[in-house]
Amino acid sequence: MALSGVQIFKLLPKTNCKKCGHPTCLAFAMKLAQRQASVDACPDMSDESRGLLGAAAEPPIKTVTFGAGPHVCTMGEETVLYRHEKKFVRPTVIAVRIADNQPDAGIHAALADVLNSEIDRIGQKLRIDAILLDYVSGNSARYQQLLEMVMAQAPDVPMILSVQDADVAETALRSAGTKKPLLHGVIADNFEAMSQVALKHKVPAGIIAQGLDAVAQLAEKVKGIGVSELVIDSGARTAGVVLRDNTLARRAAIKKNFKALGYPVITFAGRDDAMLETLVAMTGIAKYSSIVVLNRSEQWRNLALFTYRQNIYTDPQVPMQVEQKIYKVGEPTPESPVIITTNFSLTYFIVAGEIENCRVPVWLAVMDCEGMSVLTAWAAGKFTPAKIAQFIQESGLPEQLTKKELVIPGYLAILSGALEEKLPGWTVTVGPREANALPAFLKNRPQ
Amino acid sequence: MAFTEPKEAFPGSIYDVTFGTERTVTFGGEHGLAFHGFEGAAPHLPVIAFEVQDSLPDDWPEAVHDVYAGVSGDPAVWARFCQDELKAQAIALRLLSTHPDREDRPAADAAKTVADVLDAVSVPIIILGSNHVEKDAEVLVAAAEAAKGRKCIIGKAQEKNYRTITAAAMANDHLLIALSELDINLCKQLNILITQMGYARERIIIDPMCSALGYGLDYTWSVMERIRLAALAQNDAVMQQPMLADVGMYAWKTKEAQAPEAELPRWGSLKQRGIAWEAITAGSMLLTGAELLIMRHPEAVASLQQFIGELSAADER
Repeated sequence: MALSGVQIFKLLPKTNCKKCGHPTCLAFAMKLAQRQASVDACPDMSDESRGLLGAAAEPPIKTVTFGAGPHVCTMGEETVLYRHEKKFVRPTVIAVRIADNQPDAGIHAALADVLNSEIDRIGQKLRIDAILLDYVSGNSARYQQLLEMVMAQAPDVPMILSVQDADVAETALRSAGTKKPLLHGVIADNFEAMSQVALKHKVPAGIIAQGLDAVAQLAEKVKGIGVSELVIDSGARTAGVVLRDNTLARRAAIKKNFKALGYPVITFAGRDDAMLETLVAMTGIAKYSSIVVLNRSEQWRNLALFTYRQNIYTDPQVPMQVEQKIYKVGEPTPESPVIITTNFSLTYFIVAGEIENCRVPVWLAVMDCEGMSVLTAWAAGKFTPAKIAQFIQESGLPEQLTKKELVIPGYLAILSGALEEKLPGWTVTVGPREANALPAFLKNRPQ
Repeated sequence: MAFTEPKEAFPGSIYDVTFGTERTVTFGGEHGLAFHGFEGAAPHLPVIAFEVQDSLPDDWPEAVHDVYAGVSGDPAVWARFCQDELKAQAIALRLLSTHPDREDRPAADAAKTVADVLDAVSVPIIILGSNHVEKDAEVLVAAAEAAKGRKCIIGKAQEKNYRTITAAAMANDHLLIALSELDINLCKQLNILITQMGYARERIIIDPMCSALGYGLDYTWSVMERIRLAALAQNDAVMQQPMLADVGMYAWKTKEAQAPEAELPRWGSLKQRGIAWEAITAGSMLLTGAELLIMRHPEAVASLQQFIGELSAADER
């Protein structure tokens, strides 16, 4: 559990000796609380205090990784329950389940969907992050074939091996070599054998039991055998149980320092109904699942879930930004107007969306203002006539236009005079104050 | 290590709201966070209202426009279709034609539309203006009078027009939506201003301003979460109203709900994409505490109803 600065201060020598590089013990305590200093910087702390602070410095949700290579999946390390308190740090891994009891054609098709899943959104490349290989055939040779197909066709995609038979797991892990899959298959009946397999191959293990109490007890036993990287599955399969179990587990880990549930959570969202599956997956993304497993990966769902994950895991303190450039909305001509705005992603999306909807072609000039909205950027001196003029002149736009008209946001009508002076040959028009008035503005102006 | 479930009991709770006369619907009343029935009473499920407007939905994408193709010319017929065929729990009538940039129809026309719709259906009605601050003040006063005695929800009252709209709601015995733009402090301030006029705080519904998936949903998420925590954990009596999410108009305006698959093949089926956009936006609002949703596509609504059923059943493994 994270300690407050004052709680930490009580454990320090209170000598204000400055050996740690901070002026006082209290200042050092505050830095420790913000995780901006190391306990080791204090040479005079008692061993007891050092032990207490060391334990407190461990993240309440353990860091667990699986996969190898460029797309390794890292989970855990979360410190809060609500995203307005502090950023959620490790975006939910979105995995697709592929079962071994289907014809090869079905497996190839599912793999093709995964490999073809990458979408670019606000400069982030988003894709299905992992494949869960589900052992349901009861035929270990068939599972081995599935594993070989996945490794041949999707060698860079991290794997989750869903197997509860220790012998099958051993064979599969031997084939997987250094790929470090997550072995999801430790249950009460097999935990000793499975733990040994996970230990031997140095892979993280998924702990499966019905309910939080049972899963916590089993996790303790597996940890006792020496497997430290764990993922927990409390058997939650419906939205209400996912919400309940995930909330209670996250709270126990963060607020009560309950280590036996301080692990990433895996959630199985699979359903016959694709839309319901999407909504259960959404619940996992919003409410603390580190892995969400889907049955299928249609493109429309990928786009929706990737976008949702981006929304939830964005840093609430840092605005999302889009790239500074001239965006074409529709098919603008040398006669089309130029509309300028800032690069706060929300501003951009709303302005671009309104223009698109009214189907009037426009050059949309998006200027880098460090992700600030129009009024904030203006107040901060980032969106001034001189800077706007420089951006427009250097954008390459003037050479492409025969009619040079620049539309500025209505709230900054005050800039129009200065801007016309700095942009000779241009007409500066004051646009509407709100983006939702843009369609009427664009449609009703003289052509 | 023995595990004790870390359940939380909050000092505050949410007001419940009942609207309608012939048929009534009640929502709100929770003693905990959304769908946390395992630790605090959640006596009512969220309610979904179908959106109907008094202006042709020409700007709605095909997938949702076509659903109402035969009925959208007449708001009373449209509302009846939602009630009888789609089994709507409630109807949200948006008086969009009154907007100066649309048809700029006068308040008297809107009052007539309201009367016609109320005659046509028995489910409870939400009456919305066109979100034009000045015009709404006129239109909603006339609409509130036309709906007197039917205990509707009217709105949206905003900082610049709340006085007239609140007075109309008070005089005609309606509930009131208070809209603030993604700011917990403005939300609180508007509630205070409205109650200072003598309007009961238990009759307000908070609209913290919806935003669509990918278009600021994260802002709405955190504002709603903070409003709800203020109501429950800090027991702030000014913020203990149920919340509205006006989902459909935001979700169906996005590029993702409109761009054809031919243009963006990596985005997949346009129809499913649009429905998913509305369903996820709405589902996310539910998770942060919305008790009243306004939606458009019947398939998205049906999925949400299934989802609500699942969310409220945390004891069924």
